[in-house]
Amino acid sequence: MAVELLRESYEIQGKNYDKAGEVSGEIKVLLRDLGIDAVNMRRVVIVAYEGEMNVVMYAHRGTLTLVLTDRDINLEIADEGPGIPDIGLALQEGYSTASDEMREMGFGFGMGLPNMKKNSDEFRIESEVGKGTFVFAKIRLNANA
Amino acid sequence: MKLHEIRDLLQCEVLAGEDNLSVDIHQVVASDGMSEILAFAKSKELMITGLTNIQSIRTADIAGVSAVLYCRGKRPEKKVIDFAKEKRIPVLVTKMVMFDICGVLYNRGLKGVS
Repeated sequence: MAVELLRESYEIQGKNYDKAGEVSGEIKVLLRDLGIDAVNMRRVVIVAYEGEMNVVMYAHRGTLTLVLTDRDINLEIADEGPGIPDIGLALQEGYSTASDEMREMGFGFGMGLPNMKKNSDEFRIESEVGKGTFVFAKIRLNANA
Repeated sequence: MKLHEIRDLLQCEVLAGEDNLSVDIHQVVASDGMSEILAFAKSKELMITGLTNIQSIRTADIAGVSAVLYCRGKRPEKKVIDFAKEKRIPVLVTKMVMFDICGVLYNRGLKGVS
């Protein structure tokens, strides 16, 4: 069994573009201070940032929970929002439902979820239309050592 | 190529990180799409973009690129430059358009990430 070493939860506000990315920035500083190697840190913060941006862009609010164990880093992103009707389609590179406002922010080109999946060793999405979305991502600490 | 060589080549103005221009640049990623930057960025890399909002620097920090270059003379707001200084990311701006910037740097031996 993996031993849990640290658990931190962060609130994310939907539609707050000024603060978008702050949680991921905090996580980067935290992981660097903990001495996590650069390759794994980068994978975790890319997953966190894309996930955080999705909550900001699409949902009303959300929570990102980071769990560090002696073997891996797990990210759980849960939001209250519109949900994803077709997860398979959402995971296709290039598919996007973004608004002009989101594209002006430099996001919404259909690469967010594929980027998250690519940088994770385990990746899972559950979603209920009209309620919200839950994303789980695991990054193994020894996988890229 | 050193960042100060790129500054001279593209006639850039330095908006942040004046004391940090000796950094070595090995590759380039150029896009206005931040997820594309995140997908292809590496360390020792120059990020070229026309997007000047706070997310451009946030993305540069998360992706771990070495410097940001804004094209077409687009200047970010002061709060964006201040944020880059806080994150110790050099920021340059040139009047050249993205296509020409990429052409000049490619001719000098810099390549993208594929």
